[in-house]
Amino acid sequence: MRAVPYESYLRTRRIPHIWCPGCGHGIVLKAMVRAIDQLGWKKDEIAMVSGIGCSGRAPGYVDFNTLHTTHGRAIAFATGLKLANPSLKVIVVTGDGDGIAIGGNHMIHAARRNLDLNVVLFNNFIYGMTGGQVSPTTPLGCSATTAPFGNYEHPFNIAELVAAAGGNFVARGTVYQPVELEKLLLKAFEKKGFSFVEAMSPCPTAYGRRNKLKGPVAMMVDLKERSVPLARAKNLAEPELEGKIVTGVLLDRDKEEYTEIYRKLTARLGGA
Amino acid sequence: METGKRPAPRLLTGNEAVAHAAIDAGARFFAGYPITPSSEIAETLSVLLPKAGGVFIQMEDEIAAMSAVIGAAIAGAKALTATSGPGFSLKQEAIGFACVTEVPCVIVNVMRGGPSTGLPTLPAQGDVMQARWGTHGDHPAVAVCPERVSEAYDLTLKAFDYSERLRTPVILLMDEVVGHVTEKAVLVPPDSATLPDLRKPVSPPEEYRPYRYSGQVPPPLVPFGQGYRYHVTGLLHDETGFPSNDTGNADRQVRWLMDKVERNRRLVTDFEAVDVEDAEVLLFAYGACARTAKAAMHMARSQGRKVGLFRPRTIWPFPYEELALAARNARVVVPVEMNLGQLSYEVSLAVCGKVPVKPLFKVGGEAVAPDELLTFIEGV
Ligand SMILES: Cc1ncc(C[n+]2csc(CCOP(=O)(O)OP(=O)(O)O)c2C)c(N)n1
Ligand code: SF4
Repeated sequence: MRAVPYESYLRTRRIPHIWCPGCGHGIVLKAMVRAIDQLGWKKDEIAMVSGIGCSGRAPGYVDFNTLHTTHGRAIAFATGLKLANPSLKVIVVTGDGDGIAIGGNHMIHAARRNLDLNVVLFNNFIYGMTGGQVSPTTPLGCSATTAPFGNYEHPFNIAELVAAAGGNFVARGTVYQPVELEKLLLKAFEKKGFSFVEAMSPCPTAYGRRNKLKGPVAMMVDLKERSVPLARAKNLAEPELEGKIVTGVLLDRDKEEYTEIYRKLTARLGGA
Repeated sequence: METGKRPAPRLLTGNEAVAHAAIDAGARFFAGYPITPSSEIAETLSVLLPKAGGVFIQMEDEIAAMSAVIGAAIAGAKALTATSGPGFSLKQEAIGFACVTEVPCVIVNVMRGGPSTGLPTLPAQGDVMQARWGTHGDHPAVAVCPERVSEAYDLTLKAFDYSERLRTPVILLMDEVVGHVTEKAVLVPPDSATLPDLRKPVSPPEEYRPYRYSGQVPPPLVPFGQGYRYHVTGLLHDETGFPSNDTGNADRQVRWLMDKVERNRRLVTDFEAVDVEDAEVLLFAYGACARTAKAAMHMARSQGRKVGLFRPRTIWPFPYEELALAARNARVVVPVEMNLGQLSYEVSLAVCGKVPVKPLFKVGGEAVAPDELLTFIEGV
């Protein structure tokens, strides 16, 4: 593995972090830092924006321009930030509750606009920070503190939802395959326009314990067993894909980006 | 603008005046969501901003609009949004975020009657208390309230000035009358050379603290991307900006937020006192009601009645002392509001039971008429 000077990206004085032992969120953050390092982005030009949740704490630990906003609204804050200063590289960190329940509307509209944001959604199938309530990605039948008899709602397929809404890049990876995840993040960050990476991340504390996944190792094994690369998934019938996590690049295209279109408009009007 | 040369008067609405003032104040970012009776502000800025090299964006809802405004302000833009009652309710959580993170921005609320969808097209002053206490927790509030089109322009300029100096959201509360009436107004833009740049760093990055819970005003909020790399969070935080669970720090921070506005009352207090010295009946009115009050006062004076008017332009923080002084010789104070007495509580607090308060309220979406007020005055 390529050596990365992690310390130079971390706010070491803010560590220890709040994440539980076995939480996947730190692995996603590490993959993000590795991707950023590979791209050679300068810390001063990076803004990392998050909402509320365990995932939302990530920006506090990295030495960028960091903004920890309200629950569900990180993408909306990031939209203002990016439009007011298009030279910033804006990364949004969000959770499944934050990004697709309370913040779902902002997500699909940001994708539609194709603004150059890099959204990374840490999907742990549960509301971690508030102690394990059901989320829009909790699988059918799984247990949560607010679904004590098993979840009776169908979950979202987030990556497909975002891909349908617009944007230029959509991918899904898991923390069990961190090298693959890093590659997906690298492609997402490089891509001009709206890009979205769904990172499957275990929450042993609020999800695993309640769902017969006793401990971080069992959760990793579960991720391994359930993930199917896109190329292989294409040859599988729908029933075979039930409960699987399809990984890889789901969407990659080059629609014109929002700030580019807007810049042309202002230029035409003599504004800048 | 060249000094000594007064611009020619022009005909425009209050909503248009707000849009022009925003541009003249240097605002280069607007995010909003359509809602009557404020939509003309967005429509006007959708023309003016791209031409000025600024950003106009219609968001998916008011929460997104308020959030985008705060994001833009953190990137260094002077930014605003505009809305009405239901949208103002939706913005409240983000307004609290701007208060605690000390991010300057301007929120225009062209009020309608409520609750809920209420009376979208008719005049009301339903959000006076929401402007003060709309978001949760102890927080500061600065709100200004124009009575005419020219003042909508002037107070928008001031709203940006207060907001930048105090690093706090400022609310421009208008009513439908001022928003929609077309009037002749002389718009005197500020000399852009004299607008202070309050975002310029005054210390090197290693020494920079985005917060300081003492002193007269906060340190500059340096825009993201200029090498300062700090943290902004809605969690209570220490002077470095990082979250803190320390109860002493929390106490200090929340008190600072409130004190910051109190300490700068001289800057933000703004009112008009007309014929108050000999007034037996002191009218208290703001926004469109003040126009009615002036007309009624004029009629009353011509009948020999000693009637005066106290009109706050800044309603939050409330000018308690100034009102008490104006009311000291009065026999009665008459607040006139297009709500059921939202600001009258503060009037009672200001006069402390020394002068009786006899209010006239209307909430049916009809403005108070001068005749009606005159009859009321005759009866008190
Ligand atoms: C407006 C609002 N509603 C509710 C909450 C409480 N809350 C905090 S975090 C959270 C859920 C977070 O879940 P998720 O986004 O999945 O992130 P995780 O903690 O699992 O990483 C909720 C409901 C809040 N902070 N604000
Ligand atoms: S509760 Fe779950 S998501 Fe939150 S830190 Fe612990 S393991 Fe991670």
